Amino acid sequence: MKTFDLTQNTVRELNQALHDQSGECMEREFDVFSPHGQHNIACGLDQNLSVNIMGHAGYFCAGMNKKATVTVHGNAGQGVAENMMSGMVRIKGDASQAAGATAHGGLLVIEGNAGARCGISMKGVDIVVKGNVGHMSCFMGQAGNLVVCGDAGEALGDSLYEVHIYVKGHVKSLGADCIEKEMRPEHIEELGNLLSRAGIDEDPARFKRYGSARQLYNFKVDNASAY
Amino acid sequence: MSNELNEHTGLRESATFDRTTMAEIRRAAETGIYDIRGFGAKRKLPHFDDLLFLGASMSRYPLEGYREKCNTSVTLGDRFAKKPIKLDIPITIAGMSFGALSANAKEALGRGASEVGTSTTTGDGGMTAEERGQSKKLIYQYLPSRYGMNPDDLRKADAIEVVLGQGAKPGGGGMLLGQKISDRVAQMRTLPKGIDQRSACRHPDWTGPDDLAIKIQELREITDWQVPIYIKVGATRTYYDVKLAVKAGADVVVIDGMQGGTAATQEVFIEHVGIPTLAAIPQAVQALQEMGMHRKVQLIVSGGIRNGADVAKCMALGADAVAIGTAALIALGCNHPRYDEEFRKIGSAAGFYDDYQEGRDPAGISTQDPELSKRLDPVEAGHRLANYLRVLTLEAQTLARACGKNDLRNLEPEDLVALTVESAAMARVPLAGTCWIPGQSF
Repeated sequence: MKTFDLTQNTVRELNQALHDQSGECMEREFDVFSPHGQHNIACGLDQNLSVNIMGHAGYFCAGMNKKATVTVHGNAGQGVAENMMSGMVRIKGDASQAAGATAHGGLLVIEGNAGARCGISMKGVDIVVKGNVGHMSCFMGQAGNLVVCGDAGEALGDSLYEVHIYVKGHVKSLGADCIEKEMRPEHIEELGNLLSRAGIDEDPARFKRYGSARQLYNFKVDNASAY
Repeated sequence: MSNELNEHTGLRESATFDRTTMAEIRRAAETGIYDIRGFGAKRKLPHFDDLLFLGASMSRYPLEGYREKCNTSVTLGDRFAKKPIKLDIPITIAGMSFGALSANAKEALGRGASEVGTSTTTGDGGMTAEERGQSKKLIYQYLPSRYGMNPDDLRKADAIEVVLGQGAKPGGGGMLLGQKISDRVAQMRTLPKGIDQRSACRHPDWTGPDDLAIKIQELREITDWQVPIYIKVGATRTYYDVKLAVKAGADVVVIDGMQGGTAATQEVFIEHVGIPTLAAIPQAVQALQEMGMHRKVQLIVSGGIRNGADVAKCMALGADAVAIGTAALIALGCNHPRYDEEFRKIGSAAGFYDDYQEGRDPAGISTQDPELSKRLDPVEAGHRLANYLRVLTLEAQTLARACGKNDLRNLEPEDLVALTVESAAMARVPLAGTCWIPGQSF
């Protein structure tokens, strides 16, 4: 295991060391101490690494992650795991807005709450939030799954494409073209798998499913009030 | 109304409600939907034609046209990047997406640019193998939609262009109508086939210049600070935008004037938002000069550039390079008269076609139809583009030599005068034959 103390090393030095593993992997486990909310920690990883960030991280932590497992033992700032391709990112605390934005794959687990626009424009990632999510979550979500074990804020799933949204708690309001849908056995199974992968003990049967009504998929003047 | 009709009948067409305006009112009344089209602003605007060069005479020495060199190379992005972009000519190809354009068209753009040692740019749809393969220098656009965005392609890019807006629609997002969402386009954008694809106007994970500074740092971290980061904005409040872009850490600022083209935007947006390219350049240069960053952060200008005179005028006003989009497509064969009969079958005519969003382009450029796409030979079209770029370069060199300059970037505002009060005020050069720059001195 290799350790980095971000009071002694720069984020640049840390990221370069992590990127250097993508060619010839010399070290698989990294512990990062004293992150003190610095931005862009552990972004652009491209190897089966395990990175533990022992504190709070700033913006874009684990951005564009591929293959690696990144755990933040604290809170994460804006855009955590943005555009993630694969691997897993786990936030032990809360995550700020735009968590998992545009992410294409992998699993993002937020053990606390997530701010506004969680999963905005997500493109295939699976996001599991143990707490609540803020307003406009999953805005223009294209593919993947968003699981919310708590409540969801206003305009959930606005302008949604093909993401499956599961919410256990209260939804303050649904966004344009987002509707509640029947929870069929295949959805119970899908949700059960997601919760299991995230290590969260919840009963899938207590969730509701939301998805796109697909009424805004092609421009129609009759829908002008929704635009 | 033709003069002939006017003279013989006494009929008078309204300047306010002309036939184009009336046709649009009828179209709106029939459909209930605003008009969406491609191309760029069609209204007459103050432009580079309103400027003239002051060639050398007694007070300036010209350079010998065929004997003395006039440098055209330019290095972009040496502020922070380990590998700045070195171009043989200061004319680049602007971002245009695969999706809006056919794969053959994208390949042709790459071939043409590479043949003359310049760069081309991806668009709102990711990087195609054809484009990367044929582009020696490829700029990867980072757009609000992030369609096709991935770290592997990011690291393959020679530079990254963070797009905040474009001249045809500053403040607007994008639209690719369902008929152009083929299997391949759908797969690249992670969307179902055949649906209208909406591109957001704001980036999903940052807001404002302070966030942008952190975003740029992230892109640099992911690419290990290897490649330059451009910031592209549509021309509106250009002075402030350039200052904020430099503060956010841009290596290169790209300003796209309102004559810049688009694949699909509301007509009202194209014609009524933004400022002319001519008016944007002095604002951008002033901002850079005040920050002590002119020539340190390079300025690329686009929007309505058609010939070497336009290139030279942009550079005389302070740009380091220009980008072309619409002109490059015309060089490939867009709106070519050979397809006039087919243009007429779809309600247009050669020279007027702007319904890029419909995907029925007879020239095989703004389409995903496999049969139409085949009409464009990427090798031949790429060579045409290269020829065109060579002509632009030769023309710009000719003008620079006439002004006594051995480098295109040595052209300066002092080499220019304006033909109209408007263009003099916008370009901040004197009205021809006077010392008067409106708003500055008498």
